[in-house]
Amino acid sequence: MSTSDISHTPARVEGLLRELAPRALGAVVRRYGHFDDAEDAVQEALLAASSTWTTEGLPDNPLGWLVRAAARRMTDLYRSDEARRRRAELAASWSMAPPEAGSGRDDTLVLFFMCCHPALPPAAAVALTLRALGGLTTKEIAAAFLVPEATMAQRISRAKRSLAESHEPFALPENGARDARLALILRVIYLVFNEGYATSHGAELERPDLAAEAIRLGRLLHDTAPDEPEVTGLLALMLLTEARRPARTTATGALVPLRAQDRTLWDHALIAEGTSLTTSAFGPGPIGDYTAQAAIAALHDAAVSHQETDWPRILALYTLLERRGENPVVRLNRAVAVAMVEGPDAALGIVDELSSTGALRDSHRLSAVRAHLLEMKGDTDAARAEYVTAAGGSANTRERDYLIMKAAALGV
Amino acid sequence: MRFMLLQNYGGIESDCAPMYEWTPEEVTAHIQFQQALNRQLEELGELIDAQGLAGPDEARSVVSDGITPLVTDGPFPESKELLAGYRVVEVDTPERAVEIAALISAAPGQGGAPIRQRIEVRQVMSAPDPEV
Repeated sequence: MSTSDISHTPARVEGLLRELAPRALGAVVRRYGHFDDAEDAVQEALLAASSTWTTEGLPDNPLGWLVRAAARRMTDLYRSDEARRRRAELAASWSMAPPEAGSGRDDTLVLFFMCCHPALPPAAAVALTLRALGGLTTKEIAAAFLVPEATMAQRISRAKRSLAESHEPFALPENGARDARLALILRVIYLVFNEGYATSHGAELERPDLAAEAIRLGRLLHDTAPDEPEVTGLLALMLLTEARRPARTTATGALVPLRAQDRTLWDHALIAEGTSLTTSAFGPGPIGDYTAQAAIAALHDAAVSHQETDWPRILALYTLLERRGENPVVRLNRAVAVAMVEGPDAALGIVDELSSTGALRDSHRLSAVRAHLLEMKGDTDAARAEYVTAAGGSANTRERDYLIMKAAALGV
Repeated sequence: MRFMLLQNYGGIESDCAPMYEWTPEEVTAHIQFQQALNRQLEELGELIDAQGLAGPDEARSVVSDGITPLVTDGPFPESKELLAGYRVVEVDTPERAVEIAALISAAPGQGGAPIRQRIEVRQVMSAPDPEV
């Protein structure tokens, strides 16, 4: 132990542990298999390290310490287990060489593929990813999602059982399946990010910030797969969206739409990083969905005002996204860009067409956009009625409040 | 997405008698069904909360103009639309919430026959997505 080391404050230890968590898990699973038990063993090792390292200082090889502690838990577990065969199997491989250099990055990527396995429902994949790759405890994850700890624990253990039943080897997916599997990882991270927005109430400081956790996962994935354009694109999209967070709500928590935000509150360091990542995500191949959305976010973040935004380029990007496949949400967003380039009438045509197909499940969003377009046109009475309709269909408290405020403002 | 599944004292669509006329075995079976359902929802990682509310006898209604609160007894048992209990579940789709509501509705009553209680399925408000 390096007792003279001043780097073992609780916050530093916590940060280091969370960084080492996926690498320790990767090493333990690679050596002993049994992902479900290994994951529990690493969690216990992390808890033990958290108290030991804070009081006694950091060990010389923190990763080795964690792997050894987790390995001991594994042998304890199998000693008390009736499965003698598995115990023998474990004892045979019982040699604690330090993890091979360079193998950690691949192991982390394999863990991402496992935790975001197609057999898992999204909520389960999200929870497991936050635990195994984010190094959060079940209690922290439960608190972040405002779910009872027992329910979250069941969600995680069910997920691990499903994985055990899938009998998938601890290896990267085959080339043919790689893109589809990678898309699942990206979706899970983006779900965590969106949840961060949905549950950010500010007052509850004890809860982990899920948007920050998603960005952390995005960075980790980007470190392990730096050459995947969509991995870069997703990280860029999250950073460019997060950059606007300080301006997104008023001091009292009311929603401020993009067009009304105080742009001086935006985080310019995040914008610079996100923009540069967006540029690097563009490659010779076709542009991916997350990259296209990041490019749109970058254009918004670069604009000095809503009016002076590069709407023609945003419109071109939405058009490109729309060509990718029938997506009513994309089409609705494109309508907003059309309004800025060609005027509200052209946009209302798109909205009416969308509304007649009934493709958009969340029809209150149609009403909200139509209300905005009618307001742009100066048709106050019709706009007001649409805002009221939209408010009635909204399942989001702050969004509903915003829509009611809009209707009220037009009634004056 | 989160849903609240509400059940009222009224809204029993079968011709089941009130619970106090059931046999003790029937009451036990009913309660065990509710507990087993909660356990099952917890194991599925879907249960957020489940509460039964005390009966209307002790209920009070409060109206206030900000100065003098007016407290009255009731609402009264004859009001059919009186909340008896609720579950809050977190599910991937609205369809799953409806499926759970159907399980609750078919809780066993007299002779083990489903009581066919009307269950109200209401989405719990959340905050908006990033790009609104």
